[in-house]
Amino acid sequence: MTDPGVTDLGVTDLGMPTVASDPYGHLRGSEPFPVAARRSLADTQLRQNLGHATRTIRAKRAGVVAEVDDWEELRRAGEGIKADVMARLPELLVQFEEAVTARGGVVHWARDAVEANRIVVDLVRGTGAQEVVKVKSMATQETGLNEALGEAGIAALETDLAELIVQLSDDRPSHFLVPAIHRNRSEIRDIFLREMPDVDPELTDEPRLLAMAARAHLRRKFLSARVGISGVNFAVADTGTISVVESEGNGRMCLTLPDTLITVMGVEKIVPTWSDLEVFLQLLPRSSTGERMNPYTSTWSGVTPGDGPQTFHLVLLDNGRSNVLASPDGRQALHCIRCSACLNVCPVYERAGGHAYGSVYPGPIGAVLTPQLTGIQGTDDVSASLPYASTLCGACFDACPVRIDIPHLLVQQRAAAVDAHTRPTTQDVAMRAAAAAMSSPGRFSLVERALKLGRLIGRSGRIRSVPGPGAAAWFGARDMPTPPAETFRQWWARTRGPSS
Amino acid sequence: MVGAHPGTVVVSARDEVLARLRAARDAGGATAPEVPREYRRSGTAPPGSAEVVDRLVETLTDYKATVHRVADEDDVSATIADILENAGVTTFVAPPGLPARWLGEVTARVRPDEPPLSVAKLDAVDAVVTGAAVAIADTGTFVLDALAPDQGRRAITLVPDHHVCVVRAADVVSSVPEGIARLDPTHPLTFVSGPSATSDIELDRVEGVHGPRRLDVVLVAPRA
Amino acid sequence: MKIALVATCLGDALFPRAPRATVELLERLGHEVVFPADQTCCGQMHVNTGYLDLALPLVRHHVEVFSGAADVAVAPSGSCVGCVRHQHAMVARRGGDEELARAAEDLAHRTYELSELLVDVLGVTDVGAYYPHRVTYHPTCHSLRMLRVGDKPLRLLREVRGLTLTELPDAEVCCGFGGTFAVKNAETSTAMLADKMANVLSTHAEVCTAGDTSCLMHIGGGLSRLRSGVRTVHLAEILASTADQEVPA
Repeated sequence: MTDPGVTDLGVTDLGMPTVASDPYGHLRGSEPFPVAARRSLADTQLRQNLGHATRTIRAKRAGVVAEVDDWEELRRAGEGIKADVMARLPELLVQFEEAVTARGGVVHWARDAVEANRIVVDLVRGTGAQEVVKVKSMATQETGLNEALGEAGIAALETDLAELIVQLSDDRPSHFLVPAIHRNRSEIRDIFLREMPDVDPELTDEPRLLAMAARAHLRRKFLSARVGISGVNFAVADTGTISVVESEGNGRMCLTLPDTLITVMGVEKIVPTWSDLEVFLQLLPRSSTGERMNPYTSTWSGVTPGDGPQTFHLVLLDNGRSNVLASPDGRQALHCIRCSACLNVCPVYERAGGHAYGSVYPGPIGAVLTPQLTGIQGTDDVSASLPYASTLCGACFDACPVRIDIPHLLVQQRAAAVDAHTRPTTQDVAMRAAAAAMSSPGRFSLVERALKLGRLIGRSGRIRSVPGPGAAAWFGARDMPTPPAETFRQWWARTRGPSS
Repeated sequence: MVGAHPGTVVVSARDEVLARLRAARDAGGATAPEVPREYRRSGTAPPGSAEVVDRLVETLTDYKATVHRVADEDDVSATIADILENAGVTTFVAPPGLPARWLGEVTARVRPDEPPLSVAKLDAVDAVVTGAAVAIADTGTFVLDALAPDQGRRAITLVPDHHVCVVRAADVVSSVPEGIARLDPTHPLTFVSGPSATSDIELDRVEGVHGPRRLDVVLVAPRA
Repeated sequence: MKIALVATCLGDALFPRAPRATVELLERLGHEVVFPADQTCCGQMHVNTGYLDLALPLVRHHVEVFSGAADVAVAPSGSCVGCVRHQHAMVARRGGDEELARAAEDLAHRTYELSELLVDVLGVTDVGAYYPHRVTYHPTCHSLRMLRVGDKPLRLLREVRGLTLTELPDAEVCCGFGGTFAVKNAETSTAMLADKMANVLSTHAEVCTAGDTSCLMHIGGGLSRLRSGVRTVHLAEILASTADQEVPA
C-alpha cells in the first residue's frame, strides 16, 4: 500500500518541469479553434449575447479605470510584483506553507490534476459529507474536480450564479468571470424554470428576480453545508493570508459557514506581502467587473477559533505550471490574475465565444496559457491552434492590469507550434517557399513578374477568386486588386534610373 | 528518502513540486526584479477630512448602500432606531462588544452573539448592527475585522438580510493602500462594498443575492 | 534629410501607389529619398506565423540593406515598422546572433512609420495637400498599439485642404486581417471585417484611409466584394495629392 502522497519515480524524473494532466479534457479541447469557431460564429443568439455583454463590460471598465490617475503606475507595480514572485516562487511557497501551518491549516501538494482531485476526494470522504458547496474556482475547473467528486458519489454544488447556470444546463463555462456570459436573461429564466424544482413558475426574466431565485434555491444548502471548496485570488506568503474576491456573498457562505474548508490553489497565486494587495485590490475589480471594488472580498489565515471553518485544508497545485515557469518569457502567462479584461476586449473572443477555445482558459490569455500547460504534442495538437486565434491586434495587452505581453507570447507559442511539427504541413511548404523567394532580390523580382499573370484574370480591376491553398478562405468574402502594370521598383527604375 | 526498489527514489509530492519549480525557475531566470512602486500610497486628502468623508458618501451611495450622516456619536442610537423601525426589524444580532450607547434608543430586540448564535438563529433575525475597522472612500468599501469586539465573527454579518454598519470619520481613509495598512492580515477580514450583487446576467450589476440585500451605513462625521 | 524608403513587399508588388506617393510627398517637402534596390521583405509574415527560423535570414538581409542606406528609414506601413522595431532583435537573439540583434536595434531606432516621420522627425503637419473628398480613417492596430502613433495621422489629415474627415465608429477595433489569420481563421476574420465595413459605410465616406496597405487590402477587398462604392486609399496617397495632381481614384 502506497501512501497517496508518495510516488515511486525513476531518479532522472525527479524535479523536471512537467506538463499538466487533464483527466476530463478541460484544458485540451477536442477540435481545432477554427472548426469550433465556425459553429459559434453561426449561432446568431450567441453572437448577440456576447456582443451585448462585452460592450457593456468594456464601457464599465473604461469608466472606472479613467477614475484612477495612477493606473499605469499600478499596472507596472502589478507586473513587477508578479515577476518578482516568479523569480522566488519555491522560496515563497515554503514560507507560505509555514505560515498557513503555524495558523492551523493543513497544506497538501499536488503534482497534477489527478493528484489534486484525489486529495480533495479523500478529504471530503473523511468528513462523511455527501455534498459540498463550491465557490467558483478556475483551478478546480481545470482539474475537473466536480467530475472526480461525482465519481466518488459526492455532489458538488456550484454556487456562483453564472456557474450555477452552467451546471444546471449541463453546459461548459465560456468566460473566467462570467462562465454563462453566452446566455441572455431569457435563456437563464428558461434554465431556472426547467431545472430548479421549487422555483416560482411565474418567474420573469428581470435580472433582479433571477438573482433572487438563485438565492432561494441555494439558501438552505448554504445554511446546512458541512464542507466548502474554494479557489484563491491572492495568497500572502509572509502571513499565510488567503483572499477570495467575489460579488454575491456565495463565497462568504462557502468560506464561513461549513465546518471544513478545502481550498485549491495554483502555485502562482502567491504574492510576497500583505501590502502587495494594495495593488491588486485596485487592479482586479476595475479590470474584471468594472467596479471600483467588488461587493465582497474575504481574507483569512489558517483557522480562527470561534470564527469560520475549524478545519482548513489547502492544496497547492502544479499541473503544468512548472512547465510554464521554465520559459523565460512564457512564464508571464502565470502573472494572470484572471480578471478577464483581455477576453472582453478581444475581437476574436467577442465573435467566436469562449467554447471555441476548448479550454477552461479561453480568450487571449488562454491562448497562451493553455498550450504551455498542456505542451504541444505533434502537428495536429488542437492546443497548437489556440495561439493562431488572434490577429495580434494588441488590445489584450492594453487592457491587461499586469501588463502581460500577450501578443509577444502568442508569437512565441506559434513558434512552439511550428517547432512541434513532426511532418511538413502545407503551411510549412508555403512559408519555406516564401522565405526562399524573399531572401534574395533576384528571386523576389521573379515572383513579382509571376504575380502579373494575375492581370489576365482580373479584367475589371479586381480578382474574385484564384486556385491554390488558402485562396478559397480569402476569396470567400474578399476580392483582391489586379496586380499593377508596373511594380514600385519598375516605376523607380523608370523615373529615377538605376538605384543604389 | 530511498525507495523500496533499487534505483528508485521515493519522493513526496511536496519535494517533487518544489524541485520542479526550482528547476523551472532557474531555467527561466532567477533574478528578482526591483518592483516599481510609483503609484500613490497615500490618499489625496487626510483620513477623516471632509473631502474624504464626502467621497465615501458618494461611492457608497453609487453602489446602493444607504448612508445616514450624523454629526455626533450621541446621535447614532436614534438613527439606528429609525433605520430598524422603518425596515420593520423586530430582532437583530449584535457583536458582543458593540457600544451600548449605539443602541440606547433602539426598540427592536437585540440578540447578542454571546454565546454564539446557531446559523438557524442567525437566519431568523431580521438584521445585524456592527461597527467597522476602516472605510475606503475611493472605492466605497468598509472592512469588518472578525476579531474586533464591535464587528464580530463573520457569520453574523452574512446570514441576516439587513446590515447596519456604523463608521466613524476617523476610520475613513482615502485610498486602498491606506486601508490595507490599517488592517491585520492574520485576522479574518471582510471587505464590503455595497449590498450583495451580481454581474452574471449580461454583465450588468444587479443588487441582492446571497449576502445582505440591504445595507445602511451610519457615518459619524461632524459637518465642517 | 536623406531618407531610405522601405517600400514593403506588398507595396512594391501589389500596391505601388503607396510607396510612390511616399516618395513624391517627401521629395515635395525637400528631402532626398533613396530606394535600396536589394530590399525584399521585413519578414513580418514569417515572424507572426511562428516561423522565426525562416525569418532570421530575412531580418539579416533587411538589416544589411538598410543599416548604411541613409540617416533614417521610412515605411508606409505601421505593421512593417512594428516588426522592425519590436521583433527583429528578438528574432536575431532567438537565433543566437547578438551582433545582428544590436544592429537591428540600432536600425529600429532610425526606422519610422510615415506619420511618425512627418510629425516627430520632420516636424510638419501641414504637408500642402489638397484632397477634396469625404474621408474616414482606420487607425490600424500596429500603428495604434505597437507604435503608439496616436493622433499623428489625424493631425496630418486635418490639415489637408478640401478634405472632410468623418469619425469612424469603433475605429480602434481590428479589421480582422492579422496576416495569415485571415486565411487560417477566415470565418472569424470575415465576421470582424463585416463589422468594420458596417462602421465604414455608416460614415458615408467616399474613401477609407489608413497607414498600412495590408489592412487596406483587407478592408478594400471586402468593400469591393460588396460593390459598396467606397474605395480604400493609403494615407500617403492623400498626403501626396495636390491641387495639380490628385492620385487617380
